[in-house]
Amino acid sequence: MQMVCLPRIGTVAAWRRQARRLLQAGVPGENLVWQTGEPDADLFAAPEKIADADCKTPFTLTKSALTSIETALHHKDPERFARAYDIVARLASGRLRWGDRSDKPLHCLLGQEKAVRRDIHKMHAFVRFREVGSPDAARRAFAAWFEPDHPIAEAACPFFASRFGDMDWIIATPSLTARFENGTLSYEETRNFSPPPEDATEDLWRTYFANIFNPARLMVSAMTSEMPRKYWKNLPEASLIPGMIRTAPERALAMQLAMPTEPSAFSGKVRPMRPAPPDDGNLSLDTLKPALDACRRCTIGSCATQAVPGEGPSDADLMIVGEQPGDIEDLTGRPFVGPAGQLFDSCAEEAGLDRTCAFLTNAVKHFKFTPRGKRRLHNKPNAGEVVACRWWLDFERRAVKPKLLLAMGSSATLSLTGSGESLLQRRGTVEKAEDGTPVLITYHPSYLLRLREETQRRQAKSHFIQDLRQATSLLRSHD
Amino acid sequence: MAKRSLSDKLAILADAAKYDASCASSGGERRSSRDGKGLGSSGGSGICHAYAPDGRCISLLKILMTNFCIYDCAYCVNRASSRVERARFTVEEVVKLTVEFYRRNYIEGLFLSSGIIRSPDGTMADMVNIVRTLRERENFRGYIHLKTIPDASPELIEEAGKWADRLSINVELPTENALTRLAPEKSALSIRRAMADVRTRRDAAKEKSYRGKRPGRFAPAGQSTQMIVGADTASDGDILSNASLLYSSYKLGRVYYSAFSPIPDASRLLPLKRPPLMREHRLYQADWLMRFYGFEVEEIAPAGGMLDLNVDPKLAWALAHRGHFPVDVNRASKELLLRVPGFGTRSVQRILNARRHHSIRYEHLVSIGCVLKHAKPFIILPGWTPGHLPDDANLRARFTAAPEQMSLF
Repeated sequence: MQMVCLPRIGTVAAWRRQARRLLQAGVPGENLVWQTGEPDADLFAAPEKIADADCKTPFTLTKSALTSIETALHHKDPERFARAYDIVARLASGRLRWGDRSDKPLHCLLGQEKAVRRDIHKMHAFVRFREVGSPDAARRAFAAWFEPDHPIAEAACPFFASRFGDMDWIIATPSLTARFENGTLSYEETRNFSPPPEDATEDLWRTYFANIFNPARLMVSAMTSEMPRKYWKNLPEASLIPGMIRTAPERALAMQLAMPTEPSAFSGKVRPMRPAPPDDGNLSLDTLKPALDACRRCTIGSCATQAVPGEGPSDADLMIVGEQPGDIEDLTGRPFVGPAGQLFDSCAEEAGLDRTCAFLTNAVKHFKFTPRGKRRLHNKPNAGEVVACRWWLDFERRAVKPKLLLAMGSSATLSLTGSGESLLQRRGTVEKAEDGTPVLITYHPSYLLRLREETQRRQAKSHFIQDLRQATSLLRSHD
Repeated sequence: MAKRSLSDKLAILADAAKYDASCASSGGERRSSRDGKGLGSSGGSGICHAYAPDGRCISLLKILMTNFCIYDCAYCVNRASSRVERARFTVEEVVKLTVEFYRRNYIEGLFLSSGIIRSPDGTMADMVNIVRTLRERENFRGYIHLKTIPDASPELIEEAGKWADRLSINVELPTENALTRLAPEKSALSIRRAMADVRTRRDAAKEKSYRGKRPGRFAPAGQSTQMIVGADTASDGDILSNASLLYSSYKLGRVYYSAFSPIPDASRLLPLKRPPLMREHRLYQADWLMRFYGFEVEEIAPAGGMLDLNVDPKLAWALAHRGHFPVDVNRASKELLLRVPGFGTRSVQRILNARRHHSIRYEHLVSIGCVLKHAKPFIILPGWTPGHLPDDANLRARFTAAPEQMSLF
């Protein structure tokens, strides 16, 4: 038998050093007795030196395995060192797979790791500092007393060092005391076992705690499962809890029984009024947006963020009509600014068509979509929705009076010509709208984005650019 | 009126803020004060520093800047027509409370909201001023959650996003109609537009320029919202489909569901009954299924439908879709494993990892951490066959409390 003594401060790091040395020397776990603190006389154990030199092949653990083992070593179980050594030995020789929970010792170690992590988390939550120095000092001084379940001070305190970097503090636990002074964190064995004196700010904290509680939702078990009673004695607010629980039912009942009151006389006067949307009678292109936002002629409107009206000079010769706003258009409220809009811009530039001279709008003014997690999938508007939204497109057409309409995609074609079918055959041709305005039919730019086949896409794009050129030449011949 | 002490104001303005459920302080930017030049840290999982007897965690100092308000939302304790006591914090008072509480490790940071005084812009400017003072003068590096006022100007939102970790705008009620009826001054449209604005700015803040330079930070911990449950007649189906719209449209971090609770000095428009806490709980479970388990809204709650209060939504789905079960744990896809009641995301991942090395037996599931009481009738694997259980007409009764004979006399 061989005894390995680990110091009370820096225990885990010492275990790691020793374990590495012993494993490389090939010492089996059953020959070792692990112990913390001063070596005491064990009947069978004799401290014995092992030669450092005869190293075997080095072995490595994955980062997650090492973190788990080191965390679990902060557990209070006296068997933890031997268990971890045994597990590392089996991992090194390939007899154990990390993460195999059907292995009893590993299952136990992972359970202990979880317990320690919870204990550390609770320490981060429930340590309560009390001010022990002057509030005006350059570095203010605080102290706390905390009783964790496991000897976790060294694992838990670096968190406080990164959080409270500009003050000095001491956290005393039954085993170790952490001391943070002028940016240096150190540990020592605890000598003073009394909590620091009370702090005046605790009264304010108790006021807050008492008032943030809603007596109508009393749920004591939900509280005690997360803040077990064992922590209460060191929490300044915990003394209020029994009284809060006792009076909660009657406070809740009193609120329910109280009759609703009449509002005070002046309360109506301070209330602001929301501007009413303009009625359909005196709409203009400039005042269109609020009325369009409020439109509920079809069901799409209630799901979208906002309506996207057309954009461009009010005397444009060319009106370009797309299908409906997409994700980006819906968020920003402007037409053709998303991926399809960018593609349109680059094609228009190539075709020599100036976007700023045309009036850009959509056949449907709200975005229709299906939610999928954190994304919205575009849905094609149905004929009913296109027809319902035609009122707005007709309004824009009456206001702008374009000489040529460019219908992009089947929804726009449907809205302008009354039929959205067999678009591939009709593209590049000029038809007439109901009032006789010529309608040039082409693809929607998002169709080009959706084509996967490279050659198809290139061909469709060249058709699209060709149609844009045709639009400019038609306009020129019109002049 | 005599001047109120800080403690009186804190009592009034904490009481006024307690009906807002959101409290998370997780995620966002990693910051620390290890350099000794500031106070606080953030990033990683949030910490709940205390729990009130209502079971809600206290993570942030949740207060209103003021509970004076010119709006008259029927469900709100601070509405213009309510007769509650009113108070207002100064900038210094909020800063002092936050810093002193933070130094004593009572809180993770500040959650500041406010009633609307004068105008939306004036109120937002005051709130931004508090947050700026905390960050610039006090070098505060803890978590800050700022409630945004929907009609505030874009410059103020921009600055709010620069200082705060999370911004939130409450949609308050699940349907547009209820909002118009109960909160006449608020508009669903401007709330949604404000959320769209936050999302657009966040997306822009993540995009690097072509030289690899990052634009200024904007609300690194995202945005969230809250819906009040039980104040209007909206069904669970309506609430959840609205939530899924919000998640997909504005990339929200969380949607909070808050059971409408009786308030002191209530309005005539609303029911004064016990808050529907079980319904709230089921909504959260359904929300989790949508976000982490690959369920669609229509699968959990049909439009206009309600969730089953007796069994959790996943179990309810499994009971209604017996055709998918029993699931062979050694062969089933991840998507299907996630639909087994009693299997969580973590246990499914462990099953998938273990499956690569050996066949899984029933005993292994215990150590993996599955809730076998729920899973048993729905799985098949070496060491366990469910027999007739998946088709058992009384299967549902195994999961619900036994019916009790009421007193006949």
